[in-house]
Amino acid sequence: MEQQTALLKDVVIRFSGDSGDGMQLTGTLFSETLALAGNAISTFPDYPAEIRAPQGTVAGVSGFQVHYGSATVNNPGDKCDVLVAMNPAALKANARFLKSDATIIVDGDSLTADNIAKASFATDDPIAELNLGGRNVIIARITTMAREALSDSALDMKAKSKCKNMFALGICLYITNRTTAHAHDYINAKFGRKAPAVAEANNLVIEAGYNYAANNHLEHNAYAVEPAGLPKGKYRTINGNVATAWGFIAASDKSGRPLFCGSYPITPATVILEELAKHKSLGVKTVQAEDEIAGICTAIGAAYAGNFAVTTTSGPGLSLKSEALGLAVMAELPLVVVDVQRGGPSTGLPTKTEQSDLLQALYGRNGECPVPVIAASSPSDCFHYAFVASKIAMEHMTPVVLLTDGFIANSSEAWAIPAMADMPTITPPIAVASEGDFMPYKRDERNVRSWAFPGTAGLEHRIGGLEKHFATGNISYDPANHQQMVTTRAAKVAAVVADVPQQSVDGDSSGELLVVGWGGTRGHLASAVAALREQGKSVSHCHLNYINPLPANISEIFGAFRRIVVCELNEGQAAAYLQGLFPQYRFEQCNKVEGQPFTVAELIEVFNEKLN
Amino acid sequence: MAEYKYTPDSFKSDQQVKWCAGCGDHAVLNAVQRALPEVADALDKPHEKFVFVSGIGCSSRFIYYMRTFGFHTIHGRAAAVATGVKVANPDLSVWVCTGDGDSLAIGGNHFIHALRRNVDLNIILFNNEIYGLTKGQYSPTTKLGTVTKTSPYGTVEHPFNPGELAIGAKGTFFARTVDAEVMLTKELLVEAAKHRGTSVVEALVNCMIFNNKTHASFAADKATRAEHTITLRHGEKMLFGANRDKGLVLEGLKLKVVTVGEDGYTLDHILTHDAHTEDTTLHYMLASMKYPEYPVALGIIRSVSQPNYDTEVEKQVESVKEASPIKCMDDLLNSGETWILP
Repeated sequence: MEQQTALLKDVVIRFSGDSGDGMQLTGTLFSETLALAGNAISTFPDYPAEIRAPQGTVAGVSGFQVHYGSATVNNPGDKCDVLVAMNPAALKANARFLKSDATIIVDGDSLTADNIAKASFATDDPIAELNLGGRNVIIARITTMAREALSDSALDMKAKSKCKNMFALGICLYITNRTTAHAHDYINAKFGRKAPAVAEANNLVIEAGYNYAANNHLEHNAYAVEPAGLPKGKYRTINGNVATAWGFIAASDKSGRPLFCGSYPITPATVILEELAKHKSLGVKTVQAEDEIAGICTAIGAAYAGNFAVTTTSGPGLSLKSEALGLAVMAELPLVVVDVQRGGPSTGLPTKTEQSDLLQALYGRNGECPVPVIAASSPSDCFHYAFVASKIAMEHMTPVVLLTDGFIANSSEAWAIPAMADMPTITPPIAVASEGDFMPYKRDERNVRSWAFPGTAGLEHRIGGLEKHFATGNISYDPANHQQMVTTRAAKVAAVVADVPQQSVDGDSSGELLVVGWGGTRGHLASAVAALREQGKSVSHCHLNYINPLPANISEIFGAFRRIVVCELNEGQAAAYLQGLFPQYRFEQCNKVEGQPFTVAELIEVFNEKLN
Repeated sequence: MAEYKYTPDSFKSDQQVKWCAGCGDHAVLNAVQRALPEVADALDKPHEKFVFVSGIGCSSRFIYYMRTFGFHTIHGRAAAVATGVKVANPDLSVWVCTGDGDSLAIGGNHFIHALRRNVDLNIILFNNEIYGLTKGQYSPTTKLGTVTKTSPYGTVEHPFNPGELAIGAKGTFFARTVDAEVMLTKELLVEAAKHRGTSVVEALVNCMIFNNKTHASFAADKATRAEHTITLRHGEKMLFGANRDKGLVLEGLKLKVVTVGEDGYTLDHILTHDAHTEDTTLHYMLASMKYPEYPVALGIIRSVSQPNYDTEVEKQVESVKEASPIKCMDDLLNSGETWILP
């Protein structure tokens, strides 16, 4: 095998095997090793929809992709440089994600007639059938070698075989020129005390894999990538769902209001509820409700009682919550509703990503029912936007919809750990008792009412879903009053714009083509635009996080480009929204609804067409 | 016991009560306003600790007539909203005003799950066996065969008995009253408030307009109620009738109405009510009794002590706070695997 020593800017590695093969752990350990070495990373797990799909089948393949580099890494990568395939099904499932010069590491022990049949190959030669002959295919008897490394171990044969993922990890650490130190630290911390035999076995197999690669000269240094020169500081990896949960806890801390989460489990949002349920030590209360409606209704009750309340869901759950969300609008209570978007409509593609709930978030309620809508755009910025959504909800006394998606929710990246002292304060307008009857809908100059907690003497008042009199808060059917209240609620949401930062543009502030995106597509759009700008093309990127209200300077930005293309993982919802608001511009569309993120390659193709 | 010296007027709002004249809801409102001064003293809760949450329907307008904190929510969801209120601030005395349509049809799920969790809520279930606010459609408690606007040829669905539902869900407190018995209602409400856990007080109320006299066969007047209802009290014999000479005995697996002094039955044969037993069997049978075969059971049918959800949530938070090394948000942010880039 020829040695390649050239330094690469970035590399994509995909670990792939049966759901029980431990690929998520392998990928995570590998990514952490890279991050510790100072590389920028972006990872994405690709789980099968079933918990344990039939073993050995393509439906049961579990994958974990990591993209690392010496400069900014915006996304987990379109295609991979290295594929680790623990069985024929994994080969079949991932052949389409291979670069033309990819290295493929296959567990040779898995290439049995039985496994090849389970993966529905027509012939007995998966490599030839998938036309992988031109790639660098390494067939290593990983299971056998893992067992042999453990010939002195007391573990049974099944337990020995389970260590095979660590053999694959050892190989990958070698060919990427990394040490095995972090992997050992992790194994020792996880198993060292409660299962020392398991820890020892895994450690031995990691070394065995590493040594195998060294002894066989598996392209040493083939994938050498320099550290990314990230700003100095303390880092961790974080995925979008955990970042969202932590953003809420941080907002609770800064507002002094205890955090309450009422939710119902739903893919891909459940991890937020699970994460919040862990942190009772920070005063977090979680109610796993009997249904989606009870999820938001318990949250509304908690908000009424003075907690900072959130409810977490995905598209189908947002549909169920819409009436109650209207109640929160009417009662003017702070509340954050997170929609981790997935493929729809109906049950759709629960484990796949999409951005098709935008119009539901903006308009999916009865009556004139505006709410601020905010979208996070990367795994780690879910923390920031969850915090911002919370701040707006509490300071403007309004429910806010926070949109994330299955892709950023499950993806991880390295994140510079913030210090709470540096986070902005949150100051809810908490009511204090005064002379005379309390007027619940009395407003400040931003049209914001105050937050009156039950239990506070002198603040007794009644609110609810019926239209209320502008001044007294009593039920009112007066036509003019209804008009005034509708207008006022809209003005209150519009006034949030004062807290929305000016929109920025990546690239020149005027030119030929403006690429407009929102939410979780940021990484892919940024990579595509950067690639074209390197070629000297006149293209810029404007990525929206504040959808309603939009940043004050947005029209000015649109006006400075000859063409505008709105890219989104739906059939044109943001484009329609923007076209309605800004009829003076023409918003072209770039859409995809395949349950997958954009690829950088396909975006470049679209942008080149627009530029020519 | 504290002494706040509240009167019923302390709990009356300035809003005009808009229920129809003769509606049974007036009597329940009256009973609640009489009960609260006693509840405030018994629980040592000042006026501002009382919160009334309602759903949608005639009875859900209740909250506007109370000078307490009030939240008129959406159809069927009062129990869920109230759960949030109580969990967020367990120090509040939280009341739910709801009807047979609100809690047993559209809100059936929240009703049974509040009971299952045993959240410390006081649910007043106004049962008039009809949809009043939408003007006369049958409800989940409407008697089989009743002609209403949506059942012009009579209903063909079996009604729920709220007591059976509550006890079936292992509710820890179920009591029943009728609108006219204001003092009984008041007494039951005070006991419901003192109960830690979900209490359901079913108030059989009359809807003059759309379902007049639906409870009249056993509840029309004092004399009828004496003969055709039985007011159960824990530790007392299950006796009823104007002369208190009728009683309930258990024969085989069935309750039977007997007359003391007839057919060889003496007072010793009459059952003694045990509201506190965890076993639901007899409570269920008592709640199920229907006129004319049986007297309709009023009073506290079931009241058992079990851990309540909001207290358990609070206890768990406190114990985890004690044990966890993560004491603040910075601890959490810096927990687990981290690294420093120089």
